[in-house]
Amino acid sequence: MSVDKDTVKRIARLARLALDEEQAGHMQTELNAILAWVQQLDEVDVSGVAPLTSVVEQRLKMRDDVVTDGGYPEDLMKNAPLSEGTFFVVPKVVE
Amino acid sequence: MVQPADPAKFTLTDARDAIRAKSISSRELTEACIGAIGAARSLNAFVTETPERAMEGAAEADARIAKGSARPLEGLPLAIKDLFCTKGVRTTAGSRMLDNFVPTYESTVTQNIWDAGAVLLGKTNMDEFAMGSSNETSFFGPVINPWRARGRNEDLVPGGSSGGSAASVAGDLCLAATGTDTGGSIRQPAAVTGTVGIKPTYGRCSRWGIIAFASSLDQAGPMTKTVADAALMLQVMAGHDPKDSTSVDIPVPDYSAGLEGSIKGLRVGIPKEYRIDGAPPEIDTLWAKGASWLKSQGAEIVDVSLPHTKYALPVYYIVAPAEASSNLARYDGVRFGHRTESPRDLLELYEKSRAEGFGREVKRRIIIGTYVLSSGYYDAYYVRAQKLRTLIAQDFTRAFEACDVLLTPSTPSAAFAVNSKTADPVSMYLNDVFTVTVNLAGLPGLSVPAGLSSEGLPLGLQVIGKAFDEATVLKAGRAIERAADFKHDVSRWWSTR
Amino acid sequence: MSTRKARPINGATGPWEIVIGMEVHAQVASNAKLFSGASTKFGAEPNANVSLVDAAMPGMLPVINRVAVEQAVRTGLGLKAQINLSSVFDRKNYFYPDLPAGYQISQYKQPIVGEGELVIDLEGGDSVHVGIERLHLEQDAGKSLHDQHPDYTYVDLNRAGVALMEIVSKPDMRSAEEAAGFLHKLRSILRYLGTCDGNMEEGSMRADVNVSVRRPGEALGTRCEIKNVNSVRFVGQAVEYEARRQVDVIEAGGTIRQETRLFDARLGETRPMRSKEEAHDYRYFPDPDLMPLVLDQARVDEIAATLPELPDEKKTRFIASGLSAYDAGVLVAERETADYFEEMIATGAEAKASANWLINEYFGRLNREGLTLADAPVSARANSQIVQMVTSNLISGKIAKDVLDIVWHERDADPMVVVEARGLRQVNDEGAIITAIEAVIAANPQKVEELKAKPKLAGWFVGQVMKQTGGKANPQSVNAILKKRLDISDEG
Ligand SMILES: [Mg+2]
Ligand SMILES: [Zn+2]
Repeated sequence: MSVDKDTVKRIARLARLALDEEQAGHMQTELNAILAWVQQLDEVDVSGVAPLTSVVEQRLKMRDDVVTDGGYPEDLMKNAPLSEGTFFVVPKVVE
Repeated sequence: MVQPADPAKFTLTDARDAIRAKSISSRELTEACIGAIGAARSLNAFVTETPERAMEGAAEADARIAKGSARPLEGLPLAIKDLFCTKGVRTTAGSRMLDNFVPTYESTVTQNIWDAGAVLLGKTNMDEFAMGSSNETSFFGPVINPWRARGRNEDLVPGGSSGGSAASVAGDLCLAATGTDTGGSIRQPAAVTGTVGIKPTYGRCSRWGIIAFASSLDQAGPMTKTVADAALMLQVMAGHDPKDSTSVDIPVPDYSAGLEGSIKGLRVGIPKEYRIDGAPPEIDTLWAKGASWLKSQGAEIVDVSLPHTKYALPVYYIVAPAEASSNLARYDGVRFGHRTESPRDLLELYEKSRAEGFGREVKRRIIIGTYVLSSGYYDAYYVRAQKLRTLIAQDFTRAFEACDVLLTPSTPSAAFAVNSKTADPVSMYLNDVFTVTVNLAGLPGLSVPAGLSSEGLPLGLQVIGKAFDEATVLKAGRAIERAADFKHDVSRWWSTR
Repeated sequence: MSTRKARPINGATGPWEIVIGMEVHAQVASNAKLFSGASTKFGAEPNANVSLVDAAMPGMLPVINRVAVEQAVRTGLGLKAQINLSSVFDRKNYFYPDLPAGYQISQYKQPIVGEGELVIDLEGGDSVHVGIERLHLEQDAGKSLHDQHPDYTYVDLNRAGVALMEIVSKPDMRSAEEAAGFLHKLRSILRYLGTCDGNMEEGSMRADVNVSVRRPGEALGTRCEIKNVNSVRFVGQAVEYEARRQVDVIEAGGTIRQETRLFDARLGETRPMRSKEEAHDYRYFPDPDLMPLVLDQARVDEIAATLPELPDEKKTRFIASGLSAYDAGVLVAERETADYFEEMIATGAEAKASANWLINEYFGRLNREGLTLADAPVSARANSQIVQMVTSNLISGKIAKDVLDIVWHERDADPMVVVEARGLRQVNDEGAIITAIEAVIAANPQKVEELKAKPKLAGWFVGQVMKQTGGKANPQSVNAILKKRLDISDEG
């Protein structure tokens, strides 16, 4: 299974990574090399094997329904590259 | 206790004892480390140094010691991998993306360390987002291994991704450091820098506040000069954290207590699949030596089989990038991190901020991960890899019916030269061939320095244990350490540079 | 089991059947969010109800809220659905400013609740059974504000991470009325269960409505999804508009494009959503930060044991106690109404009389004054007393209205005390009634004459006697005595 350049571009778009033509070319080569290498997994018969869900067998613990967090909007803005009051700000989105 | 002339050369345990005996102060220890760090900038081991905070911490520690209320790590100066969020101290994950990120919160593991009285020297360099095995993917440049091949002055890599921590410990810039290990990122750098590193059982240390790479594999652990130091530090780092759903609520045993105990009757498994083609013969030789050391101390050596070992690396290079592609989606230039200059629209904000903020290896893994999760490929790659992971975990379960620990080499080779392997990602990935299985199965693994290569470079042996049996792993590691009598001694060539 | 009148759309080329399925997002009633300890309270300052986890700061991890899980189980039980003792949280990956982590934690392949059923009551007493496909737990997104600045969108994450139940119906609805009825009934059940406050103005419930049309009996047509419709009325309007639009497109020779649309309540129309045009590939996979959610059957049974009586069962019981299907339907539609009614019964009033009084008298008054049951001044206990006094002939129906009026204005007034203090007791004493009748007859001799030709004038006499007694005379007694005295035959 070999990946073409358009697929690389589609995947890069899904991942929101700008790639120019040249980078897409490199990425295509590398991606194909890695995919060819992982292809060896196909030789194992995995029928009837359950995919691993958790390496440590234990139950999902639950917390109580108590408000214990929040209330620091200014703190949240401290690392924001752009903010207005206590809003995060992005370029205008049209719905 | 031997008291070295240079306080920075103390082991963690010896420094603790010296501090309690008041034969040295935290201030003296901390100053010595700050001095060593200052003289070792050419190693590029630190991204951020925090000398003022360190001196304040040392002063507080000395006050506590004077009052007789010293805590387990009171006044001991440590280095922290720059993947642990530290409140008020820049935390970069080795990435341009987080170049200016200053957390308003402290990771659980580092909080445990500060609560035990330790002193922060600074944040260590690492592969970007912990993705790498040589510390060459860092936005802040590669870290240089304090070790050099006999008679040569070529710069070597310290391994990765916890390369800065490994180099700091090996170069005596700190008494000990923290690392994280997703596919070998503690054990592999420990091995090639002649230091001790343990990746505890998945769930033993909280992941809260540690920047995520691959959530089902990431574990924090100590990087130290001795096994006793690792036991002391793991004791403090480990423990249940209700803020991490995957953290396990079981008691943490006293790791130091049983360390010097006899290993008589310990069944040590030798997995035949870890003998790989093309590895230097000295790796096999060292491995056999390790087995004989343990045998001579009363252990029983048994041959075991882990038949799916060869699939571990390809499984890892599907599972880890898949999780990473999702974990790294939060770096979008909106709430923190790098944001591109004047984006035209939202799409450009995302695509350019991420393209500029992430380095090449990170982008490569995001692309792989996105691909293997995408519609039409999910079952063929991700689900198949997770099924193989089940088989790999079952291999270990079966092997541990016949033995108590496994002994393997830590790495397929000693440290290599900077820039010698960066061109081919797959050959770089092979550095983790012995360590990655342990992450996939969630087990504890320890690398302990065991000898030198023909070029005079450190090599490590790995002890793998049953889930949550770090105590036995440390005890076996200590037995190897005792027999190997590895000399943790590098000339400080860098300070004259 | 389903009794349903076909309501096809009549197109230019013949009848069309509408097929509707719905995905309802209902906010779980809880204090804190699904995976963080931040508050779910509505109306806070921007980003005040946001934790580091909700903002997806580096290194943050989710920990699930037990109550959110139990509320989902409770809802599942209320929908008579399969409870899955093991379920899995998945990540749904996409980029949007109101989704801080770049993924929503949701349940995809293994939801917490499987198939169930809901019965919709239609006007005229018809009912339709609608299948429930599943219910899963997931995080809500934050809010993007597009109208604050000409060049920027502002992002508020207060809602981000709030627990939602996504309840998915089967495509079992066939008209706008049924679609609206589904949402209405679902809201009612959730409010009975206490698992969602049903406050649609605050966004506690939103419906994604899938609409397609087909020739009766043919295969399903291409559907359009109308996103985030936030009222029962709008659901009806949106379906009405969208079905008609689709018929028009097809009849004009066009085809329906599968797409996401928006309902514009102001214009009463649907239109395509621009931001949803991109083809999505959500790359679902199990969230490695959370292990499978495993429930004990014993705990599920405990929750089942605390389930309240739901509207359908309550309605059946009310009918059995003598109410008409219509009255019972009105009284069970809202939990508050049913509770109020039941409190009246519990404090001694008779069921049918209480239902009549509430529906014909009290609700009418609430309506006129624009009040809801919750903020109205008369307690169930007071209304119960009034009804009991009427039933036991202590006061007349007319006086009852006066008593209600007094209690309405004098909040804490006790209806019994009012009746006693103001002498409003009904006059049952035959002697007093005869005296009044004689007085009326004596004063109106010509009316007595007319009565012989026009027996219907008897009513006029009753009215006069009631007036004479200040409305207090027992009307039945007045009737009976008048008939005897004036020799009026019943046939008259
Ligand atoms: Mg949906
Ligand atoms: Zn949803």
